[in-house]
Amino acid sequence: MGKTTNIMVCGVGGQGVMTATEILAEAALSLGFDVKKTEVAGMSQRGGVVTSHLRFGPEVRSPQILAGEADLLVGFEAAEALRWGHMLRPGAVALVNVGRIVPPVVNVGLYDYPQDPVGEMRALGLTVHAFDATALALELGNVRLGNTVMLGAMAGHLPFRADVLREAVLARFARRKPHLLEANRLAFAAGQHAVGAECAADAA
Amino acid sequence: MSAPQPVPAASRLFFSGNEAVARAVWESGTRVAAAYPGTPATEILEVLAGYPDLYTEWSVNEKVSLEVALGASMVGARAFCAMKHVGLNVASDALMTMTVTGTEGGLVIAVADDVGMSSSQNEQDSRYWGRFAHVPVLEPADSQEAYVMTRAAFELSERFRTPVIVRLTTRICHVKGVVTVGERTALEPAGFVKDARRWVMVPGNAKPRLPLMFEREAALRAEAEVSPLNQVVEGPDRRLGFVASGPAFMHVREAFPDAPVFKLGLACPAPLARLAEFAASVETLLVVEETEPLLETELKAAGVNCHGKDVLPRVGELAPDVLRGAVARLRGEAPAEAPHVAPQAVFPRPPTMCVACPHLGVYYTLSQMRNLVISGDIGCYTLGAGHPWNALDTCISMGASMGMALGMDKGRGAADANKKVVAVIGDSTFLHMGMQGLLDITWNRGNVTVLLLDNRAVGMTGGQDNPGTGRDIHGEAAPRVDFARLCEALGVKKDRIRVVDPYQLPVLFKALREETKIDEPSVIITNQPCVLIDDYQPTPPYQVLDDRCTGCGNCIDVGCPAIHVTRRERTVKASGKEVELAFVRIETGACTGCGLCVQPCAPEAIVHAVPVRPLQFMRK
Repeated sequence: MGKTTNIMVCGVGGQGVMTATEILAEAALSLGFDVKKTEVAGMSQRGGVVTSHLRFGPEVRSPQILAGEADLLVGFEAAEALRWGHMLRPGAVALVNVGRIVPPVVNVGLYDYPQDPVGEMRALGLTVHAFDATALALELGNVRLGNTVMLGAMAGHLPFRADVLREAVLARFARRKPHLLEANRLAFAAGQHAVGAECAADAA
Repeated sequence: MSAPQPVPAASRLFFSGNEAVARAVWESGTRVAAAYPGTPATEILEVLAGYPDLYTEWSVNEKVSLEVALGASMVGARAFCAMKHVGLNVASDALMTMTVTGTEGGLVIAVADDVGMSSSQNEQDSRYWGRFAHVPVLEPADSQEAYVMTRAAFELSERFRTPVIVRLTTRICHVKGVVTVGERTALEPAGFVKDARRWVMVPGNAKPRLPLMFEREAALRAEAEVSPLNQVVEGPDRRLGFVASGPAFMHVREAFPDAPVFKLGLACPAPLARLAEFAASVETLLVVEETEPLLETELKAAGVNCHGKDVLPRVGELAPDVLRGAVARLRGEAPAEAPHVAPQAVFPRPPTMCVACPHLGVYYTLSQMRNLVISGDIGCYTLGAGHPWNALDTCISMGASMGMALGMDKGRGAADANKKVVAVIGDSTFLHMGMQGLLDITWNRGNVTVLLLDNRAVGMTGGQDNPGTGRDIHGEAAPRVDFARLCEALGVKKDRIRVVDPYQLPVLFKALREETKIDEPSVIITNQPCVLIDDYQPTPPYQVLDDRCTGCGNCIDVGCPAIHVTRRERTVKASGKEVELAFVRIETGACTGCGLCVQPCAPEAIVHAVPVRPLQFMRK
């Protein structure tokens, strides 16, 4: 059995975590990989934690990624990225949207939102590329574009060419919502650029 | 849900287990398919409803769905029904006798166990029904197998004239994988053959059929011994061999790629002879089953030495890391090293009600009332048990709020003498199994105030239709039950039935206060739709004027997730009491203007927001 790539995407119900992972899966499928994708949806559309596991390679057996075995962690929300940081294998990268979604249990004062989730992840020794995907999406006109910004961010961290993922994203919108095609093209590029700039800053 | 298109045979599709089952049901020439929505099985019928050339329905409950399927089978049509694990508890009355009559057209029941309990009230093992009802159970391990085994289930059903259970789990239903599909075969039903000794199960007719049922079971056991659905996956390391079925098989292969595995597909009746042979070929045998030690017990009874729940957990999924830990224990080895980074403690995100959910008004009102015992039910409104409302005291099974409320009323002693008993139930749950309970309340002169939350949807499972919505599974117009008249017909006095807008807090409060004071059954029906369905009409959003907000926090008690605390302050009141103030903002982009938070805001700090920046870019 050859190498399996493990990508874990996390966020909050309603952010488009499952859709993003679905598009990523389509890209991997288009390259002929065996692909399995799992999530426990259940009550997640009510603002709960959402995680989606994507595994692809020559042959995938269990659909689940285990702690310490993710090759890439994509956090659609800052505290969620911190929650799942332990899933990364040593040396692997986390791509994190610093945008926050504060739940009612924090609002009513039962719990605190972490002061600096990204800083805490770095203090644990994790490599984090952080950027504000929510703000980038709003600049482009719609918070829902955050999903595509995140996909753009992933594009440079996959074992296949960025074009493959971009085509999968655009094909989906061309098919379902052609009027949103151009906005998503820009959102994808914004995500790629954001992570590129982050990587350059880290290297400097 | 993407509507399935008539994709050609041999296409490789990326299907969830649910989609794979649906495709196989359609290809098998099934004529009738029925279900009541239930996570994780809901999507099977949703997807099937999009296929041509078969009848699909949302049934009022699982028992009815199984009876619909049996009726179709009786006339010779292939029939299917799907349900979550607890659904088969409801349907079991029909199951336990249809196994005596047997079936004509192939009848397949897909049952989805919520192993790991992502969205259920218990974790039970549906494989027991196979033993209890003497029917075969197939256990697919991924989407491709869900497709293959569902097709095989119809063949088995017709060959042995038995209902067949396809046992799924959440990790099958909601996992996507690659599936190669085939073609649909159209079948014409043979027609109903009158035969009272076969179909009329009175003792005189049923008794002679019981031996036939056991003969069938013996034949099925012989089939399991030769079935290609049961197979040994060879491995070079014979120190430890595994028996596994369902997703646990994949986990075993992942964790121990070199170990031999007996993979069960036609898992009930168990192929004990082949299993014994396999056991003899390995040094140690470990039975990996989610969740009960069912096969382990049968193997031990058959004299096969094996391990199982002595090292494996009795609850939850048997993921590869769980298996590795168990095998380390079995071998007396040190457990695997912990990951390089420990899991971090982050606040929980319990599921919340939606922004502007009509239930918010109900739970805010209930949370403001004292001396209530609130008998709850299953649906989105179960979330009322959580923060900030803490206004739901029980949740057991579909419709149970009614009977339990009556029992509380009849059973209470001095300790609860001053309490009022309220029952909360949703529209679909009421029609599923609640209305019989209400009839019991009225007939037996109970003193219960029922809140019937009619949001015109099965909300928790994604807004499916039910007899109260006026639409069928295809969204087409259908007869709509009139809840007020239904309650009246069940014996609630007309004056004790009120229809209330749950966004009108004073009206709701007054209705609840009055009805709980009256010592007879009453029903308060709320009449606003779920915010996730098309019936819901958003209105302009609100915002908080910072200079007027006094930080009292009343609006936070509504529990709307669009209200966020911006800062907290401690202050000392004139009375000398120290209080914490919480100043808020409303996430205008999320707010749909229901106005619930406006009503408890004394300083009138919540006003309509100025229009947000138009989404010019998006409109091009």
